[in-house]
Amino acid sequence: MNTLITCTVNGEERTALADTRDTLLELLRDRLGLTGAKEGCGNGNCGTCTVLIDGAAVCSCLMLAQEAPGHDILTIEGLAKADTLHPIQQAIVESGGTQCGFCTPGIVLSAKALLDANALPTDAEIRHAIAGNLCRCTGYGKIVEAIHSAATTLAGR
Amino acid sequence: MQDFVYERPQTMAQAVALLRRGDARVLAGGTDLIAQMREGRRSVGCIVDIKRIGELTGILPLPEGGVAIGAAVTAATVSRSSPIAANFPAVARAARLIGGVQVQNRASLGGNICNAAPSADAVPALVCHAAEARIAGPTGTRQLPLETLFIGPGKTTIERGELLVSIVLPPPSARSAVAYLRFTPRREMDIAIAGAGTYLRLDQGGVIAEARVTLASVGPTPMRAPLAEQRLVGERPTRALLAEVGRCAARDARPISDTRGSADYRRSLIAVLTMRALGDCCGQLGMDLEASSK
Repeated sequence: MNTLITCTVNGEERTALADTRDTLLELLRDRLGLTGAKEGCGNGNCGTCTVLIDGAAVCSCLMLAQEAPGHDILTIEGLAKADTLHPIQQAIVESGGTQCGFCTPGIVLSAKALLDANALPTDAEIRHAIAGNLCRCTGYGKIVEAIHSAATTLAGR
Repeated sequence: MQDFVYERPQTMAQAVALLRRGDARVLAGGTDLIAQMREGRRSVGCIVDIKRIGELTGILPLPEGGVAIGAAVTAATVSRSSPIAANFPAVARAARLIGGVQVQNRASLGGNICNAAPSADAVPALVCHAAEARIAGPTGTRQLPLETLFIGPGKTTIERGELLVSIVLPPPSARSAVAYLRFTPRREMDIAIAGAGTYLRLDQGGVIAEARVTLASVGPTPMRAPLAEQRLVGERPTRALLAEVGRCAARDARPISDTRGSADYRRSLIAVLTMRALGDCCGQLGMDLEASSK
């Protein structure tokens, strides 16, 4: 069955015709064309589908699209301002905290949720915040470094 | 995934009525249910999303002390709640072990219980606190000890048309402490190969008056360890006693061998985890085990 779903995505109210069984990830990717969030494992282990719901990181593959109305959803597409990358994105670029890039949108959003709540996190806090995001390329060191660096940039504003 | 009806009741009565359908399932965080549906392991005709029901989504202080945690409260909320951190810190810490941040932001305490995994991280600490489960059904509500809810992997005594409303934690006794430790190959984002929760209450003379030991991942359900508990009561904690109690708990365990670990390995882990969890309780109670062991 199909159903109309209206929710706030990246600050805009969006309405889409969705299948009643769609996950939030399918709504974002297949109905709204926002392909930054990826499906890796489809069961909550890899974190490539991470989006922020009312500021909290969640796996969009484990949430129904029908649960979305009334919530504020932020995807990676909503982070940069025009041509200017968000400081977390910029720091990932500068630190080389990305290789194939598949996990990067999820990691950036997990980092954003962390830094919004905890402006200057410790190494352990950063590693806990991104424990739900698997990266098979980088070994995490440069990602952690990038999040520290973004924290410093954001705190200095 | 088969098609389903999505319902979002506003009251418990509406939810209970919807759950009379044989193919209805409760949706809270969905971190188990949606994964199971997508993998074709569970067919559901009606999803009853309980997150709009006030009684299920709050942490309520009780008049006699203690708290009632709504079944749909997320693990993240449990781990950050100040009444829980103040009086039930082992529960707050256990909630931080369920999956990663993304899962903790969605997964509910009630779901961790109702999914009835023998490895459920929140359960041993709750059982050690003598938690009770409050269940609503067509004829009213009933309340029973949480540990009696589990009858097998994925199976509870909650019947069709019933709904877990809250977990009731009685106020902790004076001179008591709870700890939960688990072993996972990875530090986070992993399922316990074995886990041990322990509770100690001391009398005024420093003798153990009451003890509970709850084991995870070493039986078809979370389970109490009677030999270990009996060995503790009436004793003063020493290093030697805790090590011996660990070995008792290993005898209480009923593990199987599977891809994550052999039965023998799990028993060895239980001995160590139980000993360390008891040591943690002694530390919380301000006991110096080295001094008392001399």
